[in-house]
Amino acid sequence: MDNLNLLIQAPILNVQLLLDGLWIGAIFALAAFGMALVWGVMNIINVAQGEFVMLGGFITLMIVEAGLSPLFGIPVAAVVLFVLGWLLYRVIIWRIVDADMFISLLATFGISIMMQQLMNEIFGSDVRTAESGLGMFYLFDNMVTVSQIKVLAFVLAFVIGLALWMFLKRSRLGQAIRATSQNPRAARILGIDTDRVYAATYAINAALCGAAGALVVMAYSIHPYVGLPYTVRSFMIVIMAGLGNLGGVIAAGLGLGAAEQFAGFLLGAEYQLAFVFLLLVVVLVWRQMMLARRRQYLK
Amino acid sequence: MNRRLANVIAIVALGVIGILGPWLFPAHLSQFSKLWLFIVLALTWDLLGGQTGYNSFGNVVFFGIGMYAAAVTQVGLYYPVAAYTAAKGGGTEFVFDAAQFYTGLALGLPVGGLLAALAAAALGMVILGMRGHYFAIATLGLAIAAGELAAGWEYIGAGSGMVTPTPPDTIDTTLLFYYLSFALAAVTFGFLAWLYSTRFGLAINAIRDDEDKAEAMGHHTTRNKVVTWTISAFFLGVAGGIFGNLSKFIDPIDVAFNGAEVGVWMILMAILGGKGTLWGPVIGAAVFYVTKELFWTYLLGWQRVALGALIVIIVVFFPQGIVGWLKERWPERFGPSREEMEAADAKGGA
Repeated sequence: MDNLNLLIQAPILNVQLLLDGLWIGAIFALAAFGMALVWGVMNIINVAQGEFVMLGGFITLMIVEAGLSPLFGIPVAAVVLFVLGWLLYRVIIWRIVDADMFISLLATFGISIMMQQLMNEIFGSDVRTAESGLGMFYLFDNMVTVSQIKVLAFVLAFVIGLALWMFLKRSRLGQAIRATSQNPRAARILGIDTDRVYAATYAINAALCGAAGALVVMAYSIHPYVGLPYTVRSFMIVIMAGLGNLGGVIAAGLGLGAAEQFAGFLLGAEYQLAFVFLLLVVVLVWRQMMLARRRQYLK
Repeated sequence: MNRRLANVIAIVALGVIGILGPWLFPAHLSQFSKLWLFIVLALTWDLLGGQTGYNSFGNVVFFGIGMYAAAVTQVGLYYPVAAYTAAKGGGTEFVFDAAQFYTGLALGLPVGGLLAALAAAALGMVILGMRGHYFAIATLGLAIAAGELAAGWEYIGAGSGMVTPTPPDTIDTTLLFYYLSFALAAVTFGFLAWLYSTRFGLAINAIRDDEDKAEAMGHHTTRNKVVTWTISAFFLGVAGGIFGNLSKFIDPIDVAFNGAEVGVWMILMAILGGKGTLWGPVIGAAVFYVTKELFWTYLLGWQRVALGALIVIIVVFFPQGIVGWLKERWPERFGPSREEMEAADAKGGA
């Protein structure tokens, strides 16, 4: 716990960690938004969520290798992942929409294993990043450094999230999606093709994750096995915030990002992932205990 | 009557194959040891997943705990563990003679099992109050966190893993571990067959069928679930101890706490064979293990991709499993489920 003393003696470090946490937290919130959408509309917990993020990152890497700016990666990754999500729905997911939830957990887990191993075979297991060529901001007499690309990713994450929110609120398809999530049977009676709505929802989620992945590879780094932690973070954020609570998702995402930075600093970077997964268990147990007081349970 | 006879014949046949194994397939003995252990993994997963209806991604935690606990006991009886792991287990300083090796093993395996059972009891009391997919996800978190923690703990070798004690040349370890694995599989099967025929077996099935109703009938459902998980963790822990010695090297993430591989395989084996049946996990483990070995031999490099595809195919297209399919296809031969038989028995007895 030497690092704890360091934090107390040099409070400016707290600012650094907090800011770093906020930048990455926005991306967590973006992926969690997509997970909440699929969960709420289709009643599926998509374990392949993190793999969509990872794929978006690799697509952006290919864009960069083709000599373009990584910023082009955002729309390209979103479009490619949209198509992939649609295909996955048409081949696999539609069969498990009405199945037992464990079946969908396991099936999407299988998809996630398949995708990470495929990427491992194609691109190798190196940690990679896309150079953006942006510089740094220096704050507080150079005590706090902020890389500009992280701020840009933060802002873009909010823009993308807000765009999707507006889409869900205003557009015809968005309204159909929300109607289906409220009551699929009534939606069908009123002439909504719920199968298409499900396909669109799953594809939109994939596209959202693809865009998030493009942000991740620009501001951070990516490798074939990076997916599962993103899935777990998304899940954690959703159960902390609840389905259909955008403000909660943002708050939980930013909070998780900051908590992870502090944990990594205090416990050492090698325990940062262990912290994420243990935090998941702790959050679940805490929710369970709160509910148990009212003789309810998590189900 | 006929079904009982068929059961007896199948058990005797498996027993004979198991005992005569070293003469029947001398070249593949260590693969067959692993097959027996995989049967244990599938059976113990099905105890909670199939019979109680609680699907766990985290049973691999107990497998890993048993593995490390057995190895640490085996070493710790004679040498300081920290020095042993720091020296990567090799070298001339850490020699085990035959008596030491056998004592270590005889103590290490039960210790592994007991520690795993203890961990299951403690964890179960905390997380078995959750239901359905929340439990599944919580166990997934546990499995991966356990691997990350073990990879950071210097005492047991951290990320560079731990070598299990090297036995003296006079011991034929392949044969020893073959019979240990076979015995464990036989004991686990026998114990579970007995357990499923008791009132406790019915109680956990009641949890699967309707937990709220079971609770309303006065069952201590959470306690029953914890006991169930503890039982399966004990056998898993012993299996882990044997597996660690069989592989000779314990890597924290690739061997011990391999949630993405072994942890999923045990689920897959149980589902492939037929969830919630006694024979399903045995058949599923055999079929899956052979398939996996074929993948590893002929699809080198792409085997894990194929395995991911296999998961999706089995889960989406074949969720009832082999035994479930047989029951649907030939109900007169593979008969009504155990529940129906018991209902018939109850009628006849009254």
